[in-house]
Amino acid sequence: MHWFILKRLLIVPLLLVIFSIISFVLIQAPPGDFLTSYIAELAQGGTTIDQAQIEALRREYGLDRPVYVQYLLWVGNLLKGDLGVSLEWRRANVELIGERLVLTLALTTASLLFTWAVAIPVGIISATRQYSLVDYVFTVLNYIGLATPNFLLALVLMWIAFDRFGLTVTGLFSPEYVQAPWSWGRFLDLLRHLWLPMIVLGVAGTAQIARVVRANLLDELSKPYSEMARAKGLPEWKLVLKYPTRVAIAPVISTLGWYVPQLLSGGLVVSVVMSLPTIGPLLLRALIGQDMYLAGTIILIFCVLTIIGTLISDILLAVLDPRIRMEGS
Amino acid sequence: MAVVTTAKGDAGSAVYVAPAWKMTWWRFRRHKLAVICLWVLGLVSLIALMPEFFATQDPFATSARRAYIPPQTLRVIHDGRPHWPFVYGVEGQRDPRTLRMEWIANHDARHSLRFFVRGFEYRLFGLIATDRHLFGFADTALGVTPNVLGTDRLGRDQWSRLMYGTRISLSIGLVAVAISTVLGILLGGVSGFYGGWVDNLIQRLIELLQALPPIPIWLALSAALPRTWPVTWVYFAITVILALLGWTRLAREVRGRFLSLREEDFVVAARLVGASRGRVIFSHMVPSFTSHIIAAVTLAIPLMILNETFLSFLGLGLRPPAISWGVLLQEAQNLQSVVNAPWLLIPGLFVIVTVLALNILGDGLRDAADPYSA
Repeated sequence: MHWFILKRLLIVPLLLVIFSIISFVLIQAPPGDFLTSYIAELAQGGTTIDQAQIEALRREYGLDRPVYVQYLLWVGNLLKGDLGVSLEWRRANVELIGERLVLTLALTTASLLFTWAVAIPVGIISATRQYSLVDYVFTVLNYIGLATPNFLLALVLMWIAFDRFGLTVTGLFSPEYVQAPWSWGRFLDLLRHLWLPMIVLGVAGTAQIARVVRANLLDELSKPYSEMARAKGLPEWKLVLKYPTRVAIAPVISTLGWYVPQLLSGGLVVSVVMSLPTIGPLLLRALIGQDMYLAGTIILIFCVLTIIGTLISDILLAVLDPRIRMEGS
Repeated sequence: MAVVTTAKGDAGSAVYVAPAWKMTWWRFRRHKLAVICLWVLGLVSLIALMPEFFATQDPFATSARRAYIPPQTLRVIHDGRPHWPFVYGVEGQRDPRTLRMEWIANHDARHSLRFFVRGFEYRLFGLIATDRHLFGFADTALGVTPNVLGTDRLGRDQWSRLMYGTRISLSIGLVAVAISTVLGILLGGVSGFYGGWVDNLIQRLIELLQALPPIPIWLALSAALPRTWPVTWVYFAITVILALLGWTRLAREVRGRFLSLREEDFVVAARLVGASRGRVIFSHMVPSFTSHIIAAVTLAIPLMILNETFLSFLGLGLRPPAISWGVLLQEAQNLQSVVNAPWLLIPGLFVIVTVLALNILGDGLRDAADPYSA
């Protein structure tokens, strides 16, 4: 067991190195650098900048050095806990990312909990009443949930809320709390705004996971141990909840590995549409403006969060399923 | 094996001589919903093949004075009496207080529905020059063609744009899946057939790619495309980007099939009688999992379509003047434009229907391809 977890942990630094290289290559890939797009932007606004100033800026940001030196400097600073400076905002990346990261995590966690809270009961009900009206309704809803891009769902819900109830449901805070420091009131305000993005983000995953639970439970329900319990006179609901459900929801844990990246990715688009102050819109802006260190750092953060998600799912699975942890030793 | 009844009724004898694909087809046909989806997708593909024929107007033609016209509904009752399908013409009036353009139906101008009308010229399949369109409207008074699904910010006809967008969105999905299928089958096949360190290497690569958060990576890759590239280059670049991260799932599927088949009696037998490696793979192993691959591929297309929509919606995928469903939805990017012109969300309906149909079809195929299911 410990050996299994240790093995997983040992891969993490290797993954981090590879991912940091991928992130760096990605942000280096666009032709030109931050300064070219900065100059273009200035030119569009009608101002120009003289050559000496450009050279000074280029030296200051280290853009004149070879690429591998830039990479090593970046990674070296990251290791020291210095996330670098945003070229566009001229502020430390930590400041820009800090609260947005917290809100991103809050949204992701809320959606995850929402998914489980809905998908597991729906899966159980569908499986125990296979081919009933309820099952068909859920199946149809599942297919629609899978087929609807979440930004579209966000737009439609926002429109309905505005058109029918006169509510503007964008952002995560009421105007008076946007700039305010954290307080109890601000937290409650966050909860009041979080529910809609949470549902929007969770719908597709809920549909997928409910299907997995349904299929697994159907397999389990016809197994001899279920028949046995039934023959001994255990009430059906007690039987279902006590034995097969425990087996059927194990894959829910194992899907965590791909579901967390999916939530993080989806959250990015939803945030742009609903103007949520999460990391997504910041990344989009940084990518378009070639603010390379900010973009690279955010991509790397996404990678790290994904690694953590996978790690947690691996460990939980090993705890739940003895077959997996035996394989390691 | 379950007995499959054929339409002809001579179930008994037909089953025993039917090749595998025929049995799959019989099983598939019993899944009514999937068959309906097949028809829906046939229609969508037809639109993708010849959008010009379905369009009523030139999708690129702008008209500043005809911006934001709401959909003009097809009516069958005029003055309380039944009437051949028609739409009312519209007239713009500026609201004196808000200065917004209001479009009011003009009951005197009726445009009757006509089929196979003459319209703008185009080349069918890029070859045959013609100006026939599936439907259009008789111009009774004003000399302007009605907009069935309304117009956008620049007064372009949404219905016609939607038809053109279908071609790009669907083909991007298909091409991206085709590329990832080739990659998936090749790498998955090599991985599953040879095993050993090759297998190990490819599996680690797949794990690595699957651990990457897809949308940020896609965004970064598409942001790297030079802004100066022509539309067709961007189109191919986006397809390659989508395929690059999309092949892993297919590769896993193929590898799994190879691994389970490698030890099957008929494969071992073929090897023992001295069949070459290529023969063992292509004439013995591949046919027995083709149907699974087709099902997996069908399920991969909707994902690609959704991803293209995401990217274009965020402004990092296809860019105007290219028309795709995502580009169309970009017009409805914020609450304000949706409140102003809710009909701009209609392309989303097309996305949902197509993706839904592909998912149901894929599930139907997968069930049909499984010889052990009832």
